[in-house]
Amino acid sequence: MLLTLLAAAGLALLRVRNLFAVVMLAGIYSLLSAGLFTVMDAVDVAFTEAAVGAGISTVLFLGALALCGHHESKPGHTPLLPLFVVLVTGGLLVWGTMDMPGFGDPANPVHHHVADHYIEESYHEIGIPNVVTSVLASYRGYDTMGETTVVFAAAVGVMILLAGRLGRRPQPEGKGDGG
Amino acid sequence: MSLDLLVSHYNYWVVIFLMMVGFYILISRGNLVKKVVGLNVFQTSVFMLYISMGKVSGGTPPILVYGETDVLYSNPLPHVLILTAIVVGIATTSVGLALAVRIKEAYGTIEEDEINAIEARTEATE
Amino acid sequence: MREEVIVRVGAKVLAPFIITFGLYVHFHGDYSPGGGFQAGVILAAAIALLALVYGLDAVQKVVTPRFVRACAALGVIIFAGVGVVTMVLGHNYLGYNALAHDPEHGQHYGILGVELGVLVTVFGVMVTVFYLFAGRRRRKQ
Repeated sequence: MLLTLLAAAGLALLRVRNLFAVVMLAGIYSLLSAGLFTVMDAVDVAFTEAAVGAGISTVLFLGALALCGHHESKPGHTPLLPLFVVLVTGGLLVWGTMDMPGFGDPANPVHHHVADHYIEESYHEIGIPNVVTSVLASYRGYDTMGETTVVFAAAVGVMILLAGRLGRRPQPEGKGDGG
Repeated sequence: MSLDLLVSHYNYWVVIFLMMVGFYILISRGNLVKKVVGLNVFQTSVFMLYISMGKVSGGTPPILVYGETDVLYSNPLPHVLILTAIVVGIATTSVGLALAVRIKEAYGTIEEDEINAIEARTEATE
Repeated sequence: MREEVIVRVGAKVLAPFIITFGLYVHFHGDYSPGGGFQAGVILAAAIALLALVYGLDAVQKVVTPRFVRACAALGVIIFAGVGVVTMVLGHNYLGYNALAHDPEHGQHYGILGVELGVLVTVFGVMVTVFYLFAGRRRRKQ
């Protein structure tokens, strides 16, 4: 049910041309997917998605739109080639899922590599009940550290791009910064 | 047979549909902010694929219950991977938006076609 | 938006609760859903809410851009620092068992330290990025 709603939200995102509406729809889309994650037992992920996708990212998009203007002009070329590429790729992916094990089956191979160990042993080894936290911070500490560094690097990138003085580049033929 | 397949693979197919919607937005729309939105849709669909794989029917969230041994938990590993992926996703989104803002300041537009036209004109005059 | 009484009072009432909730999510992350990532984002959202309602200048007087930039770097240092401490104590990098005599307590302290690093970085980064986007528009006008 939620998945169907999500599909509808995705289609609406495609059609709408006013970018403010697009950003709001993207927020709704994030919130719906957070609901879906809750249903699929990923409470930590749902929490993050709701805070990030529906909160901060909407604010950032609005900030960017205030600088960029909010109207999208009609695409200049025909949509046939992209549509063809998308349909072919989608068809191949659906064909690929035919070999995938069914949804929610406890015998699926994903559940029998290291996940067993995390669930059965982490309480003795780490001593905290939330398995996601113990895997995140302890078993996969390196991952999380690299990822924290990536987030920091992104902030440095945005700083380089946006913290400099305005209008350093010469404007091409009086177009000016119309924002 | 086919109904079974529909029920057990419905998740994957909707995920693929959403992925393709994001992909289509990404390659067919010229507006750079819209492209970033498309990228986000694509990204979220990948998150959903991972979380779908981690779900166990009848399982509970992977937060251990005191004293109970025969509780069925969903797989925590995809959750961890996606948790970090979401935060990296917002970081990359912010870099993309910052690039869009700078392009707007340099060219006065964020439409791909118009940027190409301006580039062609400046090349011709040089 | 500065003249809207309801919005102003609403933001003023909500902000402390959002911040408290963020800290709860952080420190209770071992027992319930939550942790450094979510808490950092929630705290940053509180700052963004205040900045939207009361203006960027008022908020930047309290939470200065310098401070949040320092936070973003400090978090990574905390995270890496925990690893260095465990190495100095004779274990592997990020091997938290070194932090206390009892491995379980060691893991606990290690996770708290690491999550604190994540919290500080995510908070610093999100607020920095928000300040940059919001501040750019003001300088343009």
